[in-house]
Amino acid sequence: MLSLSVRQISRKLQDGVIVPSDVCTACLYQAEKLKKLNIFVRLTKEVAEHQAKESDVRYTNGNVRSLLDGIPVAVKDNYCTRNIETTCSSRMLESFKPPYNATVVQKLQDAGAVLLGKCNMDEFAMGSGTVDSIHGPTKNIWQSGEKYTLLRNVGERATSVEQVQGCNSTHGSKMVYQELHHLSSHSNKEGSSSPSEEGDWFIAGGSSGGSAVAVASGAVFAALGSDTGGSTRNPAAYCGVVGLKPSYGLLSRHGLIPLVNSMDVPGILTRTVDDAATLLNILAGHDLLDSTTVQDSFIPLDLSQDIDISRIRIGIPKEYNCPGMSDEVMETWSGVADILERAGAEVVQVSMPHTPSSIACYSVLNQCEVASNMARYDGIEFGLRTAENRSTEELYASTRSQGFNETVRGRILAGNYFLLQRNYPHYFLQALKVRRLIAQDFTHAWSSGIDVLLTPTTLTDAPRYSQFISRDNREQCASQDYCTQPANMAGCPAVTLPIKLSKQGLPLSLQLMGQSYREDVLLAVAKWIETAVDFPRLQLET
Amino acid sequence: MILLYSEGKSVFTFALPALLIRAWTCRNFSVNNNDAKHFLSRKVKSYVSPTSTYTTETKFKNKKQSYWKSVVGLEIHAQITSTSKLFSQAGTEFGVPVNANVSFFDAAIPGTLPMLNRRCVEAGVLTALALSCRVNPVSFFDRKHYFYSDLPAGYQITQHRVPLAQEGVLEFHVFTPGSHHKPYSKKSCIKQLQLEQDSGKSLHDEEACRSLVDLNRAGIPLMELVFEPDLEDGEEAAALVKELMLILQRLGTCSCKMEEGALRVDANVSVHHEGEPLGVRTEVKNIGSVRAVGHAIQYEIHRQVKDYRYMPEPNLPPLRVLLNDQPAVPNTYRDHINVQCLRRKLPELPSETRAKLTNKYGISPESAAILVNENVLLQHFYDIMEEKKSRDPKLSTNILIMELLTILNKKKLSLEASPFPSHTLGEIVDLLQSEKINLVTARKILQEIISGNSMSPSEVVEKYEWTQITNPSEIEKVCTAVIEQNPKLVEQFCSGKTKVFNSLVGKAAKITENRANMATVVQVLTAKLRKIQNP
Repeated sequence: MLSLSVRQISRKLQDGVIVPSDVCTACLYQAEKLKKLNIFVRLTKEVAEHQAKESDVRYTNGNVRSLLDGIPVAVKDNYCTRNIETTCSSRMLESFKPPYNATVVQKLQDAGAVLLGKCNMDEFAMGSGTVDSIHGPTKNIWQSGEKYTLLRNVGERATSVEQVQGCNSTHGSKMVYQELHHLSSHSNKEGSSSPSEEGDWFIAGGSSGGSAVAVASGAVFAALGSDTGGSTRNPAAYCGVVGLKPSYGLLSRHGLIPLVNSMDVPGILTRTVDDAATLLNILAGHDLLDSTTVQDSFIPLDLSQDIDISRIRIGIPKEYNCPGMSDEVMETWSGVADILERAGAEVVQVSMPHTPSSIACYSVLNQCEVASNMARYDGIEFGLRTAENRSTEELYASTRSQGFNETVRGRILAGNYFLLQRNYPHYFLQALKVRRLIAQDFTHAWSSGIDVLLTPTTLTDAPRYSQFISRDNREQCASQDYCTQPANMAGCPAVTLPIKLSKQGLPLSLQLMGQSYREDVLLAVAKWIETAVDFPRLQLET
Repeated sequence: MILLYSEGKSVFTFALPALLIRAWTCRNFSVNNNDAKHFLSRKVKSYVSPTSTYTTETKFKNKKQSYWKSVVGLEIHAQITSTSKLFSQAGTEFGVPVNANVSFFDAAIPGTLPMLNRRCVEAGVLTALALSCRVNPVSFFDRKHYFYSDLPAGYQITQHRVPLAQEGVLEFHVFTPGSHHKPYSKKSCIKQLQLEQDSGKSLHDEEACRSLVDLNRAGIPLMELVFEPDLEDGEEAAALVKELMLILQRLGTCSCKMEEGALRVDANVSVHHEGEPLGVRTEVKNIGSVRAVGHAIQYEIHRQVKDYRYMPEPNLPPLRVLLNDQPAVPNTYRDHINVQCLRRKLPELPSETRAKLTNKYGISPESAAILVNENVLLQHFYDIMEEKKSRDPKLSTNILIMELLTILNKKKLSLEASPFPSHTLGEIVDLLQSEKINLVTARKILQEIISGNSMSPSEVVEKYEWTQITNPSEIEKVCTAVIEQNPKLVEQFCSGKTKVFNSLVGKAAKITENRANMATVVQVLTAKLRKIQNP
């Protein structure tokens, strides 16, 4: 049951096969069981049980609020949740209980969703591995040592599944797909490469790693991440789930503790493209409390009609083929392009020449906004306040040096340097110009008739923790965000979806980017690919 | 597209505990009401009255006389009259308990975002139009960073790159009663008018080793008016401020209550040798008030961290206003503020009122200035003239600016607390104009009414038989009596001591209990004395 999609579990709830409270109990049990993956910063058990009970009543009385009613979800710990700690994985906000709900959290609640917990992340979303958190790193579910089965849709309906046994299983007799072979053989002593090796594992990606693992592992059916440079898409890709970064301005940022205001968007993590559309329909729309949300009324997406893929023009931006990209990712990329082409879509190579500048440009803009946004954490109105009492200035200094990790402090320092009057024209203004050029790359693509761009999401499958932390946070982000960052610069929507498993038995994903506010086209194509590649669903053994 | 919210219920106001913050503290303590009151009386910035500007600046005038020349440029922060804050829905009332008007946004609670208050933009545009500014079709908001405990976000949202309006001009009269200078007209150019948020207030109590922060003012909407340094001295500065206050009050965009901090004036003073270029701005002077301890520290911080690390405010889209009535695309600008529409709503400005008073009613420029300076007087004047077109404007003005103000002053009453309705004052004008009474009687009537008599002026005159004696034969009798009863004075007069004439007039007044038409008395008495001198 826990590996079903939102659509599927919603159907079961509506049919009365199961009640929300039971689903909630199962999810809580699953979450507890997976504690060592460190998915949740906090399980909101009481809230969840209460909400589930209320939903029980609604199902009984027939006044169900939405497709999400009674369905457990999780949110990243940078969304304000009323009276529930919201830490941003930082000591600075360790005891911070927001007095209000973020707009998207409120919308989930209004839709009847059950809040299961708050998910782990990199401190203030500055990272791409969910390893820089005061709560400790989050581990990927894939190849984690947990026993799981892979379910694959055969034919059109989800009713028929092939079972494939996962890690640690001794028999691979039911395996039918060659590429899955490594899964079963994984525990069979592959020597040093074994992820279950002491103190090592595959990272979840980040910064929304907790949310991605929560969805991938069956602890919840959907989760909110946030996406500034790829923070939703990166962990979604590594964890084999769908990660949607909507257009900037479509979803309210009110209550999302900011990283970079001009690029942050709430991200949606689900198991299927349809589910992503379901959540988008619930969350999108103008919000008075966020002046940057668009005022045009949102038309809910309807993906029920299959698109005619032959009418779609797909761009392959050559600059996304960059150093460090693994052969497997390249093969996956070209493989899907071939599938599309064979199905009649027009697949063309395009050039987006400013792509390689995106990371450098991003690091300037990010650090400037970080320096500014972090200025409020001074220990006065909320959050950590150290015992320093010699003077207000000493208090600021001690609170901020104890409250922030090294990455955050480093970015604040750099940002303040860039913003100095004498540096401003050379860094910030320059970065804004480059940002415009990157955005223009996209406009040119769209004006040349491209409907969606197809690229990898990450350069490889999920790295090992040991390998990942051998590089510092800046280097990590530079390579991890390479493919995802430009969409944030341009504000356009992007979605990552899992395609197949790597030799290591880890998900390999691709990204689609579309025109702003054309999530309908983007997700329609994504759904077409999803159906075509039939990525297996992971089901934990009970 | 810019999004503006309209003022309404303040849904997001929350009450922080009375004691919100101890920035640094040695022991626990609580704030009682006295603390709070004391606290509220502290001033964050200088609150300067035009008069005090004048006194301070005179010193510079003295310097100027010894071959130094002073140049004064004003920066004026005017609080926009609005029911809610610039970027949040918290209230703006003055004098409410500490931290009562604080929204989550005002306290910089993470995740909160600014929402621009439409009313504040309208007020800014209206003010800009009244000051002949060029309103920018697109302006931007910026963050100005500095660390201070009464600035919860660590930055102030202001308009640094492109302000709401630029290049205005304010014309005013420099006229100081009692000064030997001739009144003259002066213009000061306005560099820019920008919208920005106010900060909170801090109190540093060194003895108790603690700091307190009140965020009621945090986020209060301000218009900052930056004037070019084209004033020469404090008199001009004071006159400018006075004229600006009149305009803002007329527009209803600022209460200008300095005691509430609604108008704050900073002056940049440069002193340089005549004929040489202006030096670097040498001083930011907060004239006219002893700087509070907190302010001194804030000032030091400002001074030391001069680099404000400005950056665009990413959470507010560009502010677009509609300059022409007809948008190119219909409905595109439905939410934009229409500048032409606001221009049509502009009320008559003080300078226009003064011109009307002098041109239409023939009142002297000085009297017109006094009427316009006091809105209550001006309203009385209009009421009096409206009620009876035949009333003499000059006489009416004199009653208002001489008699009414004098008696209110004596009783220490404000114009607002005056017991005289316009029609009462008008009736007194009528009695004077028809010579039913003289000026002395008019004063007695005012005195009678202010002491609680609820009768009308005519009834008072009737009751006390205060009707003026104008009958020449009666005055003749009075004068004869005066001459008969004061032979010594008459003798002195005849021997050349003409000064005693006034005493004789006084006697006549006394005999008639001030009822005599004194002009006639003077006339008759002069004739009679001349007869005695030259029989």
